[in-house]
Amino acid sequence: MHQVSHIMGKELKDFFISPIAYIVIAVFLLVTGWLFFSTFFVFNQADMRNFFNLLPMTFAFVVPAITMRLFAEELNTGSYETLLTLPVTFRDIIVGKFLAGVVFVAAILVPTLAYPVFIALMGELDWGPVIGGYAGAVMMGAAFTAIGLFASALTRNQIIAFITGAVICFGLTTMDRMLFFFPSPVLNVVNYLGASSHFQNVAKGIIDSRDILYFLSLVFLGLYAAHLAMQEKK
Amino acid sequence: MIQVEGLTKYYDDLCAVDRIDLDIQKGEIIGLLGPNGAGKTTTLRMLTGYFQPTAGQVRIKDLDVRDDMVAIKQLIGYLPESAPLYPGMLVYDYLDYVANIRNLTGDAKTGRIERLVTLCGLQGIMHKTIGELSKGLKQRVGLAHAMMSDPEILILDEPTSGLDPNQIVEIRDIIREIGREKTVILSTHILSEAEATCDRIVIIHKGRIVADDRTENLKHSGGQSQRIHLGLQNADPETARATLTGIDGITAVDIRPANGNATVNLALTFRGSQDPRPDVYAAVKATDWIMVEFVQQTKNLETIFRELTKEN
Repeated sequence: MHQVSHIMGKELKDFFISPIAYIVIAVFLLVTGWLFFSTFFVFNQADMRNFFNLLPMTFAFVVPAITMRLFAEELNTGSYETLLTLPVTFRDIIVGKFLAGVVFVAAILVPTLAYPVFIALMGELDWGPVIGGYAGAVMMGAAFTAIGLFASALTRNQIIAFITGAVICFGLTTMDRMLFFFPSPVLNVVNYLGASSHFQNVAKGIIDSRDILYFLSLVFLGLYAAHLAMQEKK
Repeated sequence: MIQVEGLTKYYDDLCAVDRIDLDIQKGEIIGLLGPNGAGKTTTLRMLTGYFQPTAGQVRIKDLDVRDDMVAIKQLIGYLPESAPLYPGMLVYDYLDYVANIRNLTGDAKTGRIERLVTLCGLQGIMHKTIGELSKGLKQRVGLAHAMMSDPEILILDEPTSGLDPNQIVEIRDIIREIGREKTVILSTHILSEAEATCDRIVIIHKGRIVADDRTENLKHSGGQSQRIHLGLQNADPETARATLTGIDGITAVDIRPANGNATVNLALTFRGSQDPRPDVYAAVKATDWIMVEFVQQTKNLETIFRELTKEN
């Protein structure tokens, strides 16, 4: 278990050292801040619904941009070989990198905590949905991190890793808005597979085991697929 | 210590390593030689568990590569070819990270890192990022990485590539030093290096072992025919050839192009079992030729290597 923490610590340090991380944070804050506040005063309501409505879409692009380097960079520089010949298992590596990704995704949400504080100063803010929203955001972030990690394990090219990850995350996010493309027998299944509706449930403050299970299964699937991708390279 | 049986690796249809058998004792320094693409790196990668063999067995201290990989990795220090380390990390951070993964803590960690810094000459670069180091320095950091846990088996893939001659000698000394107690397996394509460092040499060609012997045996195992270079002045090439061909044991006399002066250069080939040198000398002495060069070409590793790894 201590191997996981060392790998995670190293990856986290790398995140905060590399300039790409700060660019991603800046872009994320600019995009969400601008999209949220450009309509905030028009609605004139003291809530963050709009922010959390936009979040799945921004995460679908931001999270793969964070995770794209986790494996692809190592495969490209060859340090993958050095890492694998240290006394660690695939599981240690995958879980360590995954946790580092989740912590970083949570970290980019921290500056946005200024919004609810700011809104609460101006009006009556209901904190329940805000807390639910952040909890949901971390869960969804974890699910997307696992998917991005898998995409990164597929290739040594970070751009390909980013696009693959973003396409899968974007597909999951928009799935429940494309229901009319699907035949009626599978509608329920497709609706359940979409990430947005699960996130919106949590963001309303409803903690349903189905939503938690959904994100947990995405995490598991992503990590397992990454494991298979690593196995394939032997 | 290490038993390899019928080790085989296919990349799709391409056979990179073909049924290799090796038995490596504790304390040996083994040199893996071979031309590019012979399967050296693939073999090392299977020993370290980075690659899964297609067929065959690797047992290290009664542990099987397939089942006890983590335990084996703890025994092995491995430096991959061209030392691929994290380019963004500081040297100190990197060594600290490796020490943590290798389960070193507290004083043991500090002590070990300090010792490796002296051994590998890393003073003064600890606060630099690995990416900005020269190839030789990076190689040394890689060596420190491989030796971090004071492993029983050290596997080095081309440890001296990219180093300057002084550094090569230093690294060679370090390897010799470690090889007194530990088992070292290194791959190289520099023959003189293998000759100077290794107790035992294994030559691989097209994925197969074509020679496996102690270094001195291999050097003396020389083939059947040997050569003498002869330089004569005041002689006529054709007469000289005619005279020398008659000597017992000499199978061929070649006239080599003279480089401008009056010297006639001859190459005599003879069977290894007989020594025709006294006869050659006597034959030359009987004439009025002047002998300016009389050299027996000793068969070195290079000729053996070339013979064994020639195409076809």
